[in-house]
Amino acid sequence: MAELSYRDAVAAGLAQEMERDDTVYMIGEDIAAAGGVFKATPGLLERFGPRRVRDTPISEEAITGAAMGAAMTGLRPVAELMFSDFIATCWDIIANQIAKTRYMTDGQITLPLVIRTANGAGSRFGAQHSQSLENWAMAVPGLKVVAPSTPADVKGLLAASIRDDDPVMFFEHKSLYATKGDVPDGEHVEELGVAKVRREGSDATIVALAAMVPRALDAAERLAADGIDCTVIDVRSLVPLDTQTILGSVRSTSRLYTVEENPRLCGWGAEIASIVAEELFYDLDGPIVRITTPHVPLPAADALEDATLPTVERIYQTIKNSD
Amino acid sequence: MKGSAHVFDQGSLSGDPLSILDQAGRLVAGYEVDGDDLRRLYESMVWIRTYDRKATAMQLQGRLATYSPFFGQEACQIGSVAALADGDWLAGTYRDAGAMWFRGYSWERLFLGRTGDERGGQPAEDVTVMPPSITVGGHMVHAVGLSWAEKMKGSGKIALTMFGEGATSEGDFHEAMNFAGVFHTPTVFFCQNNQYAISAPREIQTASDSIAQKALAYGMVGYLVNGNDVLAVREVTAAAAERARNGDGPSLIEAITYRRGPHTTADDPTKYRTSQEEDLWTERDPLERVRAYLADAGLWDEPWQTELEEAAGVAVETAVGAAEALPKLDAGNFFDAVFENPNPTLSDEKAAAARRLELGEA
Ligand SMILES: Cc1ncc(C[n+]2csc(CCOP(=O)(O)OP(=O)(O)O)c2C)c(N)n1
Repeated sequence: MAELSYRDAVAAGLAQEMERDDTVYMIGEDIAAAGGVFKATPGLLERFGPRRVRDTPISEEAITGAAMGAAMTGLRPVAELMFSDFIATCWDIIANQIAKTRYMTDGQITLPLVIRTANGAGSRFGAQHSQSLENWAMAVPGLKVVAPSTPADVKGLLAASIRDDDPVMFFEHKSLYATKGDVPDGEHVEELGVAKVRREGSDATIVALAAMVPRALDAAERLAADGIDCTVIDVRSLVPLDTQTILGSVRSTSRLYTVEENPRLCGWGAEIASIVAEELFYDLDGPIVRITTPHVPLPAADALEDATLPTVERIYQTIKNSD
Repeated sequence: MKGSAHVFDQGSLSGDPLSILDQAGRLVAGYEVDGDDLRRLYESMVWIRTYDRKATAMQLQGRLATYSPFFGQEACQIGSVAALADGDWLAGTYRDAGAMWFRGYSWERLFLGRTGDERGGQPAEDVTVMPPSITVGGHMVHAVGLSWAEKMKGSGKIALTMFGEGATSEGDFHEAMNFAGVFHTPTVFFCQNNQYAISAPREIQTASDSIAQKALAYGMVGYLVNGNDVLAVREVTAAAAERARNGDGPSLIEAITYRRGPHTTADDPTKYRTSQEEDLWTERDPLERVRAYLADAGLWDEPWQTELEEAAGVAVETAVGAAEALPKLDAGNFFDAVFENPNPTLSDEKAAAARRLELGEA
């Protein structure tokens, strides 16, 4: 095991796959010479050359559209959108074209491509550079949606996404880039659609994603000190969604809390809450509770951004005080 | 404004950029300089450079969020908007604080915006300046809408939109230019070609010889101008603005300049450009050539320079003080800012947030 930062794990995952498979290549803005504005792709230009690591004009539609075209020919492009907020500038390509082509050709054309993008709040970048948009992607049939919380998962899930034959939206969390963790040595590939139980407890199930996972774990430690023992599930992949792990856990704890960075309406937790309510209504000991960002654009100021996102304190208090 | 009107009426799509003052401050075009007028332009450039320095320094001290300096682009910032009339619109980017200030956006609000306070996006009522566009490209289309509306109203007002050469790679640029051409809107497209979009050099954005020449394809007049020559910039913008106001349609201006600082305070330009190149552009500095001209004409001396810098410094410091002294926005504010009229979805959310704050859970 080696300790890597979340951002270094991005480069490690890309390097592993580019080494292994000649058809994998990268396109995006400032990814080559500059190594990415979040420094997630340094050294790859030097290692794999300008044919496979390409800087582009500032043209998100062309970046994603060209990735789609290349994928149709059998290449495995990894396109980068600098901020996830900019998926709005190429949503036709992603939601109408990439997501639907396999279906509309009755399976003849597959699109083995990955769109990596920096998602989420915590960096004081304001309303247009801080959104958590994994729920947008989740709402479109035909897209797989992955959002890792640890460096090991960044590498393993990115590798799995690149090897996957369908289009994958890979949401890296901006405020996790500097975090560190152990990453298995050698080739590391995870499976898409398998949630991970990060902590086991019998009193309640907390389901979280990306930057909310470490917060949920911290809250669970505090709750444990108060005698409330929680399971924390890292969803990791919204599509495909590992409902079995979630249902299995709630069946035994009888309590479900979701912790979401999405604004409240139609956050991904709403989907999980509805699945659990349908499947396990009579097993529940209390209402399902969603802990979310309020339904507002994200403020840019430090204190306000902090007050908007679910905090450890809020997760702790919500669970402790629920009936 | 003095000077023979429209030295550059015909436009220019490629070749040497149009110029009035060369690097050494010598007149190179038939143009009658009005000393007082040039001193005023110089003064504005000194003021905005002072602001830019201060903002950069404050960012490094952690008092501002990310800041995008316009150091080196002062002639574009001032020369462009100096050609506008009262009530004309400006739609610019994160790098256009100098132009925004010239159009009446207060330093205080500009600083406030950079501290992450949403009130920074709110200038005084009579200031016809859009908040800076953070998403590259979208505002060019807004400028078409603003100016088209003024045309429909018959107000005689126009819109000027500023953007970088990188922004011309966005589909928005094409759609904005095309709409403006088709609907003959009174829009001035002002491209500051500062050679880099973050780390990407100009060559990576377009295979065409110039950005100005793209005007041809949309049926409008194009200008290639020396963006470090404040007189030339104002002159071409004045010609474009007059054409727009007279109902003769939109224009595209490409001003050749250089971003002497980093893309933002988080960027390290040594990764993608050489110090020789930076030195070359230091020699082409937009303030220096005006200073040289004025000095030659006996219209500049050290005490005046010192006086200008001191006055600008005081104004900027005062604005910083005022911005920092404002009571901070509280968490209740943003619920009220989302919609014009209160609605139950947000009222419930606001009440829940207030409860959390009371419980100390925020
Ligand atoms: C739609 C979109 N894509 C990418 C970005 C990230 N970004 C911010 S500024 C910038 C460079 C813009 O370059 P240019 O238009 O030349 O203007 P300059 O910054 O040089 O003034 C990029 C790529 C963005 N903000 N919006």
